[in-house]
This record gives sequence, C-alpha cells and structure tokens, in this order.
Amino acid sequence: MFDKKKSETATAQEEEVAALGVAADLSETAAAVTAAAGGEVGGPMLSDRAREIAGYVAWAIAAAILLIMVLAFFGVEMGWTTELGNSMLDQALDPQTAAVAVAVIGLNIHFGYTGLLNMGQAGFMLLGAYGFAISIVEGVPLVFAILIGLAASGLFAVVLGVPTLKLRGDYLAIVTISAAEIVRYVGRATAFNEHTGGPQGIEGQDFRGPVTDLSFFGSGNLDVGSLDYILTGANSWWMRAVAWSVVALCVVVVWLLVRSPWGRLLRGVREDEDAIRSLGKNVFAVKMQALVLGGLFGAIAGMLYVLPSSVVPDSIGRTLTFYCWTALLLGGAATVFGPVLGSILFFVVRILVTGIADNTVPDSYLNTQQAGQFGWIVIGVALMLLVIFRPQGVLGDKRELRFNV
Amino acid sequence: MSESVVGSTDLSDKSARVALMSGVDEVPGAAKPDPILTVDKVVRQFGGITAVDVGHLEVQRGIITALIGPNGAGKTTFFNLITGFDKPSSGAAWTFNGQAINRTSASRVARAGMVRTFQLTKALNRMTVLDNMMLGAPGQSGERILTSWLQPIWSRQEREIREKALGLLDRFKLLEKKDDFAGSLSGGQRKLLEMARSLMTDPTMIMLDEPMAGVNPALTQSLLGHIEALRDDGMTVLFVEHDMHVVRHISDWVVVMAEGKIVAEGTASSVMAQDAVIDAYLGAHHDTDLGDDSLLEDDQFAAIEAEAESEGKS
Repeated sequence: MFDKKKSETATAQEEEVAALGVAADLSETAAAVTAAAGGEVGGPMLSDRAREIAGYVAWAIAAAILLIMVLAFFGVEMGWTTELGNSMLDQALDPQTAAVAVAVIGLNIHFGYTGLLNMGQAGFMLLGAYGFAISIVEGVPLVFAILIGLAASGLFAVVLGVPTLKLRGDYLAIVTISAAEIVRYVGRATAFNEHTGGPQGIEGQDFRGPVTDLSFFGSGNLDVGSLDYILTGANSWWMRAVAWSVVALCVVVVWLLVRSPWGRLLRGVREDEDAIRSLGKNVFAVKMQALVLGGLFGAIAGMLYVLPSSVVPDSIGRTLTFYCWTALLLGGAATVFGPVLGSILFFVVRILVTGIADNTVPDSYLNTQQAGQFGWIVIGVALMLLVIFRPQGVLGDKRELRFNV
Repeated sequence: MSESVVGSTDLSDKSARVALMSGVDEVPGAAKPDPILTVDKVVRQFGGITAVDVGHLEVQRGIITALIGPNGAGKTTFFNLITGFDKPSSGAAWTFNGQAINRTSASRVARAGMVRTFQLTKALNRMTVLDNMMLGAPGQSGERILTSWLQPIWSRQEREIREKALGLLDRFKLLEKKDDFAGSLSGGQRKLLEMARSLMTDPTMIMLDEPMAGVNPALTQSLLGHIEALRDDGMTVLFVEHDMHVVRHISDWVVVMAEGKIVAEGTASSVMAQDAVIDAYLGAHHDTDLGDDSLLEDDQFAAIEAEAESEGKS
C-alpha cells in the first residue's frame, strides 16, 4: 500500500550529480538515519560532543522535512523537492497512517505500559476488519458491525491470554505471532471464500457504504493548498476526517487511562509482576485487561485500515506488525503521543529517504525500484541505531529506560 | 532503642515479651500462646530433593520471630510457600489469623494481611519512589479499569494514599527521593523502599526475606530500628537472616531450619547453644581452629580421623 508513491517520486525530474554529489547524499542519508533514530543520539558509545552534533543534525532534518512539506503545500516550485514534499504530506495525512497510529496506540498499551510482547497486532487488526466488513456485507447496521469487529478481537485476546499470561513474557510473543498468522491463513483459505473472499479479500466498495453515507461533507472536490481529494468516497477528505478523529479519541482515552491508578498498576506489572503480586494485586486480571484493551484498539485500527482500500489478508500480516513495532519504538514507548508521532515519522521518513536517493543518485547506480528497497534498508538500519542509541524513542523519558535491570 | 519508639501494646515492653515466651517449650513445633500463623505438613520437593518438609510451626502474634538456618536449609522456599508464591508438592494446611490460606494465590495472601519482601529487592525501577509507594495501597478504586478514567471517583482516595505514602517515606528517610526513579536508589535504600511499600498495605504480619543482605552497618542499625518499630506498632514480624548479631539483637523467638526441617526453636541465646543448631550450622568441628598448625601434626590428624570413622559407624 505504502509503495504507491514510488511511481510519483520516479517521475520527479532527474538531476545530474557528480561523484561529489553522491558523497553529499550519503552524508545526508546518514543524517536522515539520525533523524529516524529520534534526533538526539545518545548512549555510552558516543561522546557528548558527537551527541550534541547529532542532536543538531536531527533537529535540522526535522525542520527540513517540515519546511519541504509546508513549501510543497503552498505550491512553491522547487523541482523534485516539491513532488517529494507533496508525497510526504499526502502520506502523513493518509487514513492508513492514522489506522497504523491506532494500532500502535494499542501496542503501546501492551508493550509500553504493561510489558506484554504482542507480536501479532496485525492479527487483532485483521479480525477487527473481517468482523466489521463481513457484518456490513451481511447487512448488519454500522454500529453493530463495529461492535462485532471489536468483539472478535476481544475474544481473540482472551483466548490468547488465558493460557499464556501466567507464563513468562516470551510465550505471549510466540503465541501471538503464530495466532496472527493462523488468522491470516484462515482468512485467505478458499474454504471460506463465500464470506472472506479468500486471498482476494473483500472489496472496499462492498462495506464502505455505511461509513461514507454518514458524511456531511457533500460531494465534489476540495483542494486545500496542494492537497486535492474528493470530499466523500474512498480516498476522500471524509475518510481522513474520520480516521484522524478516531486517532484523537484514542489518544484521549489512553491519556485518561494511563494517568489513573490503573495506569500506574500497568507500569508496576511491567516492572515486576511478583512485587505487584506481593502487594495484593491480581496481576493476571490486570494483564488480561491490558491485552484485551490493546486488542480492541487493534480492531479499530483494522477497520480504519481497510475502509479506504479493501480487506486483503496478506496486506495485514507480519510486516504490518513490524511496522507497528518500529513506529512504537521510534515515537517512544510508554508515552501518550509517541505512537502517533512515530507512525507519521515512520512513513514520512521512508518517503524522504527513498525520494532523495531516487532523485539524487543517477539511475545507473540506483534506479527507482532500488531506491524503494534502499529506503527499507535505511529503515532497518535506523531501527537498529534507535534501539542502541535512543531506546526511549523521540518522546520517551530517558530515565525510564536507563535502569533496565 | 526500640522502647522509645511509638507503641502502646504491652508487647513493646521487652520484659512482657520475655514473660510471654518463657512459658513456651523450646522444641520444634512448640505451641504458642496466641499463634497468628499456624503451618501444618508443608512439603515441597524439587525432583528428588525435598527442599521443605515442615511438620508443624506456630508463629506468635506481636513479636519478632527469626527464621535462621544454613544455606540451602529451605528458608526462602518456605517463605515462598506460605506466601503463595510457590505451591506445596502435597496437601498442606496453614491458617493465618484464623483464616485458611493454603491453596490461595500470592495476591490473596497479601490481601489477607500477610505481606512479604524479597531477598533480591524488587523495586519497580522505572517508576518513581512515590509511585512505588502508592502502588502498595489497597482498595484504590481507580485501579479498576472501568472507573479508572473518571478522575473524580478516585482523586480523593488518591490524595489520602499520597499523604500516607509521604508519611511513610518520611519515616524511612526517603522523602527527598520521592521523585527519583527507584532504579537510581542504592541497594540499602531499595530495601527501605520495599519495606515502606509493604507497609502501605496495612499488614498484620510482615515477612522479611534477608532484610540485611548487602546493607552497610550504619543502615543495618536504622533497619533494625524500623523492624522493632513495626513490632511496637503491633505487627508480627517473621524474618530470615544470616547475621547472628542481628538475630540476637532483635528477635524474641528463633526458629532454626536445616535441610528443609525445623530442627530447633527457642529464644536467641538458648537456641544458639543447642547442639542441633550448632551442628546444622557449623558442622561437628566448628570449634576447632583450622588455622592452628598443631592440627596438621600427625597424632592430631589421626585422632580426628578416628573420630570421623566412629561417627560414620554410629
């Protein structure tokens, strides 16, 4: 899904660059890595001076991203940079980026606050999406379809939690990743073609109706700055409004929950289950609540994810789970806004890296397709650097990860 | 020093405690005047090894009882069993405060009023000292997920808990650390924090697993003072300890374990003189100086060998 911008960046005008330019680009990519690593790179491996410089570079990159996006928005002509800015802006506002943000918010409840290793967030998303889409296709009213999607995911969480939450954390990781795969395989099995549509899935237009019918935006186009979408429909302003409103709502819910004594209890369980048990708290119940709650956020994310496109089981698989994890670590686990910022940064920075690589390196070294792959390599390296040098992510509390005994 | 600390019960007076325990037989499993904890037939096996095999034990209410024994005697396992952190291998029965607590979970045991600390301190490292403390409070309605998002429901209770936590932190001299992460505290401060946190649950009995391990002598003094203050407040204390000076100094009653069994009970001074205890702790040759060269002379060596042989036969 997220590769749709590749062709756009490909059409950007090519620039002839000398060997010197290539070198310059490489250093720029390194800086992008630093930015992806959350700016202020720290840790015992770097001197204070290097850390300071890395911090400035990261801020500069962040400012550059914003500037490019703003200039592109106002239609300032800057050659391929404008195209790049438009791509980034479009991606940042994409309803699917919002969907991933909600999934990451759920994952943050699991991992950031409770310390549960859920490696199958995509499974929760897929169940939510199936529950919702199949219900609508069968003629269930919208509200009940949403509830069915939530129930499917919640039940999944309970089924996974009962046998594993009394065991050590790694077991949950193994069970969730395999259970998510089972969900995907059942979804693409031809045996249930009648309902799930098999590997082709369910067409968006079959279940999108009730949501677009709610739109009070009217029909036609609206262009704001460089952004030009239809008002109501699949890739529309209405979808963006719905998706980002849901994100805002989820952020508020999480904020209300984690500032409460219940949120404190979650963090206590993350730190030491036995200590919490010795204080008379029911640790199993708390972990189960967290697992179900995060799973419900996953279900909502799944519904948002398929609304602008379609339910294709293979597009909601392991890869998506790992995108969620990267976004979570990038933004900062155990923070309220970290998941949202992380999700946006994750997709925007990838487009930035791909776009720069594609437009500055001559095709004989790196063609458009290779630039796309190069973007993923940079994301992978960035994730490693992030975990090593800034484990708390962009927004995380440094102290919260320093004493990780 | 303890006598000056808070306390109104008669058991804060040392002579009262001595008088209370003087009537108790100094034999393993002796009956106590007013037992708060009664343990029967607790057996825990790890494969072929029997780690704990306690027939009967009563712990007197309102005093400090020390549980001592050499390494591997099963003290910590015994602690884990009675606090619900481990399950006995076969049917066992124990009651706390008149309430059966065998076959219940660790959290239920804690809610019943028996709270424990750990040999390896379990501070919640990536949370502040104050958060650590406030987690100990029982019955906070904001800890239920359904009401947690409604601040008005729990904010008043939260303020009371906060006051209580600050009071306890002050008493344990951790007040200025309240906003620091627990992971940044020293080992001794973590011990203090853990003890203070366990007091947040308003326990009737507190079980301390090696409270003095790895603590410097100055802090040991203050920890001792705190433990005695707990007793003077009317709490029952059961603690595991290796340091004999500590045991002698503060315990009113001593239970000795060896190889999973309780081998002796009594007051500190008498129990340390019992042969079973000395043998369990130090082996039969505890009073021979291994640094004494004369031991290495042939005739001495032959005498020891002969003694060892005669022991082997008997």
